[in-house]
Amino acid sequence: MHSYQEKIMTPDIDKLKKIASQVRRDILRMVHACQSGHPGGSLGCTDYLVALYFHTLKHTTHFEMDGQGEDLFFLSNGHISPVWYSVLARSGYFDVAELATFRKINTRLQGHPTTHEKLPGVRVASGSLGQGMSVAIGAAIAKKLNNDNRIVFSLHGDGELQEGQTWEAAMYASHNKIDNLISTIDVNGQQIDGPTETILSLGNLRAKWESFGWEVLEMSGNDMADVVRVLDLAISKTFKGKPIMILMQTMMGNGVDFMMHTHKWHGSAPNDEQLALALGQLEETLGDY
Amino acid sequence: MKKYTYSEKKDTRSGFGAGLLEVGRKNDKVVALCADLIGSLKMDAFIKEFPERFFQIGIAEANMMGIAAGLTIGGKIPYTGTFANFSTGRVYDQIRQSIAYSDKNVKICASHAGLTLGEDGATHQILEDIGMMKMLPGMVVINPCDYNQTKAATIAIAEHHGPVYLRFGRPSVPVFTDPDQKFEIGKVWMVNEGSDVSIFATGHLVWKAIEAGERLAELGIHAEIINIHTIKPLDEEAVLKSVSKTGCVVTAEEHSRYGGLGDSIAQLLTRKNPVPQEFVAVNDSFGESGTPDQLMKKYGLDTEDIINAVNRVIKRK
Repeated sequence: MHSYQEKIMTPDIDKLKKIASQVRRDILRMVHACQSGHPGGSLGCTDYLVALYFHTLKHTTHFEMDGQGEDLFFLSNGHISPVWYSVLARSGYFDVAELATFRKINTRLQGHPTTHEKLPGVRVASGSLGQGMSVAIGAAIAKKLNNDNRIVFSLHGDGELQEGQTWEAAMYASHNKIDNLISTIDVNGQQIDGPTETILSLGNLRAKWESFGWEVLEMSGNDMADVVRVLDLAISKTFKGKPIMILMQTMMGNGVDFMMHTHKWHGSAPNDEQLALALGQLEETLGDY
Repeated sequence: MKKYTYSEKKDTRSGFGAGLLEVGRKNDKVVALCADLIGSLKMDAFIKEFPERFFQIGIAEANMMGIAAGLTIGGKIPYTGTFANFSTGRVYDQIRQSIAYSDKNVKICASHAGLTLGEDGATHQILEDIGMMKMLPGMVVINPCDYNQTKAATIAIAEHHGPVYLRFGRPSVPVFTDPDQKFEIGKVWMVNEGSDVSIFATGHLVWKAIEAGERLAELGIHAEIINIHTIKPLDEEAVLKSVSKTGCVVTAEEHSRYGGLGDSIAQLLTRKNPVPQEFVAVNDSFGESGTPDQLMKKYGLDTEDIINAVNRVIKRK
């Protein structure tokens, strides 16, 4: 039933890297313009989301909620909305000029993603953590009921795993062989109050997910070639009776030297000077919005 | 007073079970989920006929609400089933974000609501659920009064696009509404026309309101009795029309006096036509173990309590 593998285009890693550079610029400029938002996790997950939307997903930008015949993506850690909005705009869901409205009054680009303002590309609200995997499972079941052999992807924070609902979903997915689901955890080791290991340690994530019955892959999330490789590998493992988990090692703040190695930039915006310094490290490849 | 009789007593949850089977036959988009309470929710018949459209979630209500939200993406109409307590308070944030705010077409079907769950006690007797659910923008809140009305409501909500909270109960109660009724969301059912007082009742209190109306008629008081099965959206026009005739109100519900039907009516009347109102509802209290009849009596939700409330409110006119 699954004829995915041959459809995957030969990835152009350099091109994807160029897009990622532009997306990182977008993130910083969006967060700077409203002086709020979450740049750290957004920068860390940029390579994954760029690879997903510009290489992996089989989708149309003519947005329909049901997404029948398309791959679907759910962002569970909704606070990294800047990276998702930028990637959605850059891949054609809406005009990049709209990125300037992020978090401003009357915007469709709410602080956390929502369907409420009818932004193309968003299928469920997220922000209150721990809910996205359940929703992704529901969408994956609907695909099976509809004989739709496309795949459902979801992204979660590592701190988010502290929410118990994730583990309800983890049990359900393996027990019920939800094997058209590829979930990814952004393992950056940071949360608002500090490192995950000091706040509430996550233990051995590979062992945890394997014991929950998932097929577990590991990815170097800020190495574009590895992101593409592991996403392709994950797709090759779908429809084999197990849900798939990618443990994605990233660096919060990746791409901007002074935003890395700290949780400080989880939820704070750069000032004018910091923005200039950060943009100086990121090539403008597609034109700023 | 119009005469109402019944030939049998049935639980409203069985009305849900029968309605689920029928709507499942009519609409192949309907799917059902349950969190380890199939027997209590009377979902067996649906499961037997549509095993591929039923999802046993286990004791994980938060996950159930999320999966239900996801199933709508792909065009399904999910009906979730568990006790009212676990359908609302336990999963409020999941309903709020993944269902209500996300405008998902999920039908939250909640059994064992209120005190009449009985012996299990206060941990399971939720009296705040109507309040929680009606505060969510876009949520429809329905609390039918007997087996037939619950069955009709279960079928009707599939035709409404958007989240619905359908509340029903455990005990066997008189079956007195039309088995072939057409259930219209947001439209009251005029049980009895009267001129002295408006009794607005929902759920199990409708039959008690009828009993009260009969006894009041013997005393020469003509009560207008209106069944408000849809608490949100409230049929404001019908409520105001009745009140303009009677000039005073008693509301009756198996729920806390805070946040329930009484609150909704009071807010409407405060804005449009302030008149005296008395509340037959639980007075800011948790429940306890006991039989349903004992509990309804102890917590002031019995026929006698409606009669007393009518007498009080008429004096205040």
